[in-house]
Amino acid sequence: MQMPEPNTAILARKDRVVARLRDVLPGGAVISDPAETRAYECDALTAYRCAPMVAVLPGSTAEVSAVLKICHEEGVPVVPRGAGTSLAGGSLPTADCVVLGVSRMTQVLETNYADRYIRLQTGRTNLSVSGAVAEADFFYAPDPSSQLACAISGNIAMNSGGAHCLKYGVTTNNLMGVTLVLMDGTVVEIGGAHLDAGGLDLLGVICGSEGQLGVVTEATLRILRKPEGARPVLIGFDASETAGHCVSDIIRSGILPVAIEFMDRPCIEACEAFAHAGYPMCEALLIVEVEGSEAEIADQLDRIIAIARTHDPVALREAGDADEAARIWLGRKSAFGAMGQINDYMCLDGTIPVSSLPEVLRRIGELSEEYGLGVANVFHAGDGNMHPLILYNANTPGQLELCEALGAEILKLCVEVGGCLTGEHGVGVEKRDLMLHQYRPVDLEAQMAVKDVFDPEWLLNPAKVFPLTSSEARRMAAE
Amino acid sequence: MMKPQSEAELAEVVAGANGPLRIVGGGTRDVGRPVEGEELSTSGLSGVTLYEPGALTLVVRAGTPLGEVEAVLAGEGQRLAFEPMDHRGLLGTSGEPTIGGAVAANVSGPRRVQAGACRDFLLGVRFVDGAGRVVANGGRVMKNVTGYDLVKLMAGSWGSLGVLSELSFKVLAIPQAEATLVGRGLDPEAGVKALSVALGSPFDVSGAAHLCGGAARTQVRIEGLEASVAYRRDRLKELLPGFEAVEGADSAALWAEVRDVAPFAGQAGAVWKVSVRPSDAPGMCKALAEGGLAHQAILDWGGGLVWLLVPETGDGGAAAVRGQVAALGGHATLVRGSAALRNTVPVFQPEVPALAALSRGLRAKFDPRGILNPGLTG
Repeated sequence: MQMPEPNTAILARKDRVVARLRDVLPGGAVISDPAETRAYECDALTAYRCAPMVAVLPGSTAEVSAVLKICHEEGVPVVPRGAGTSLAGGSLPTADCVVLGVSRMTQVLETNYADRYIRLQTGRTNLSVSGAVAEADFFYAPDPSSQLACAISGNIAMNSGGAHCLKYGVTTNNLMGVTLVLMDGTVVEIGGAHLDAGGLDLLGVICGSEGQLGVVTEATLRILRKPEGARPVLIGFDASETAGHCVSDIIRSGILPVAIEFMDRPCIEACEAFAHAGYPMCEALLIVEVEGSEAEIADQLDRIIAIARTHDPVALREAGDADEAARIWLGRKSAFGAMGQINDYMCLDGTIPVSSLPEVLRRIGELSEEYGLGVANVFHAGDGNMHPLILYNANTPGQLELCEALGAEILKLCVEVGGCLTGEHGVGVEKRDLMLHQYRPVDLEAQMAVKDVFDPEWLLNPAKVFPLTSSEARRMAAE
Repeated sequence: MMKPQSEAELAEVVAGANGPLRIVGGGTRDVGRPVEGEELSTSGLSGVTLYEPGALTLVVRAGTPLGEVEAVLAGEGQRLAFEPMDHRGLLGTSGEPTIGGAVAANVSGPRRVQAGACRDFLLGVRFVDGAGRVVANGGRVMKNVTGYDLVKLMAGSWGSLGVLSELSFKVLAIPQAEATLVGRGLDPEAGVKALSVALGSPFDVSGAAHLCGGAARTQVRIEGLEASVAYRRDRLKELLPGFEAVEGADSAALWAEVRDVAPFAGQAGAVWKVSVRPSDAPGMCKALAEGGLAHQAILDWGGGLVWLLVPETGDGGAAAVRGQVAALGGHATLVRGSAALRNTVPVFQPEVPALAALSRGLRAKFDPRGILNPGLTG
């Protein structure tokens, strides 16, 4: 992983920068001791680490603004950070940067059930947003797997999704407004408690911009009333391709499940050994969940089961009650932990058109043999967001590199069939250098032009998203 | 008029333009400050490029008539779930609305409140920017966080950042059944309260509108599998005492009327589209009336979208409407008005200086010569 060399001139200004930050933040909110800044040296992509020059933990929009104003004046790059759960290295620091964490900003500012929104500070975790409105039987729909830990700020930065996105959409579809602090400290409100802000859809471009356009300190999120109930069915097949065809047929039939999850044999075996969920041993499993009243759930599951039967399933288990439903989900939800227990793995995040699923699974199998590395597949099949897990041994020299090479091949395959490099994790540093496989230089120019407008000096999270060669001239000009 | 027949030709035309261009799809959405410029029509860029019903994906050229798109989808039992409004009745325009025009204006119908706006269904765009460069963003999959989401930025940009050439969408199945619960004679406050109750219920309401006035009508829509619609209809009836159910085509007709703002179509006057918090809408209408602005109102999106018909005298109600929006938060667009009015009153909501600077900056980057629909957005 190549990162720009730290700017020695900035490092030389460290004492002054720290002093100025201490002037505007309370004690304890400025962390500059190298022993303590190490806590911020990486996010959940732990393969890459670099302690920042300083970390700050402001408690309000005004404090964030003050910090950015100082960093802007001092020419110090800023890496925004939510809960640090990025799998793409989105908040990986550089040695000459200030990490700006919003983890102290967790207040709910307003809940409004009549108008169906919640306004909060963005350091709040995803799951606790639903928690804050649960008493009224409302919930916040986007549900990334890391929802217990990940912060709304990061969800907005990465436009996060989760298992239930097939029906409810991802973050951008549920975000109504933000308070955004620009790199020069200017605070702007975009959107609000009303739908569809006027003017250019700046909210749409902020969401998913990986913390490169501004720091989102507050957000207005759409909340929804919980459905009466939800229940899954588990369907096993003797070939992954068959499961893929079944997914297509379900979607095409007009039923809109809230989730269609897919696991292949290596994943089933690992999950079963870990969670003992009673999964059948077969080549592929689907978990299809539907919502509504008891009668509606039964009706939809009947239809799904009828479709599944046309594909000769080898197993079919409908959850009769909450306990059985929990057992069906148990294995899937422990998939990543289960895989981690048996092997080192790299988790990919590519997206494909659902219709290409059978072909992509077949070719991943071929690539896996070619590289001599196992690949387990677990993913959101309804929306085509794949998470192939490449198994390798980190202690065997050369295996990490081989694993990365196979990962790149698989992601290129996703693009080749009409998909994209990342469906929910983001580009970060991880897939930065693959961007030219999906976009032409002119397409990346157009995206970088947006950054030029919001952050002309390229100080916010500067060496991410775009290939270093593509952004080099802009980053150099800024120095 | 210029009418390129391919994206490459479109790029050539824009690159070679030596003056302002007025970009036109079907010419049915004459909204914004009138633009002086040579007409550039996208109607030559027509046809479905790719349609995969099993992946819920449609890729289509921007100049394709909406009617054609909807017919192709209906052939597979699918539709554009954002229910794009047809502006012809309201604006008195003729011609065929295009899919590109719907995207450029981010035109979203009553289902917005549940399913999302046009921009939420847009997965990918190809466009020609003001320098004549062909730019692609997004793709044809539902989840894509590969780089910045220029797809959203292009939706609702009214041709001021680029000329759309190709679009990809997430489409959805046409539900088996629909039903609408209708209540009559409620005042706006009671109407919006009923809408809020319905939208706050677990019954997946896909439309919630209140038509004010003498024959006030409050309506709530549900869609889905037949048995499910029947069940939810009965539960909602319990929540909304006095409401009667209307089914099938009769239900659809009620929503087409709201979608196209049909009650204002034949009437003279300026029309404003106002976006506020739903529960603020009745108070806003009351304050406008008390302030002396006679008006008719249709409240869609659970009350969050307010259509106002006002006399086209003076500033067409601009100061009064914008004053309310400033106090409540939200925005107002003058959707219908004479050219003279649209030349004097800002059609779109004026932005605060910091946001205006960002918008200006983006336009300068994407259209450095300022030739794409110059001045249209104010």
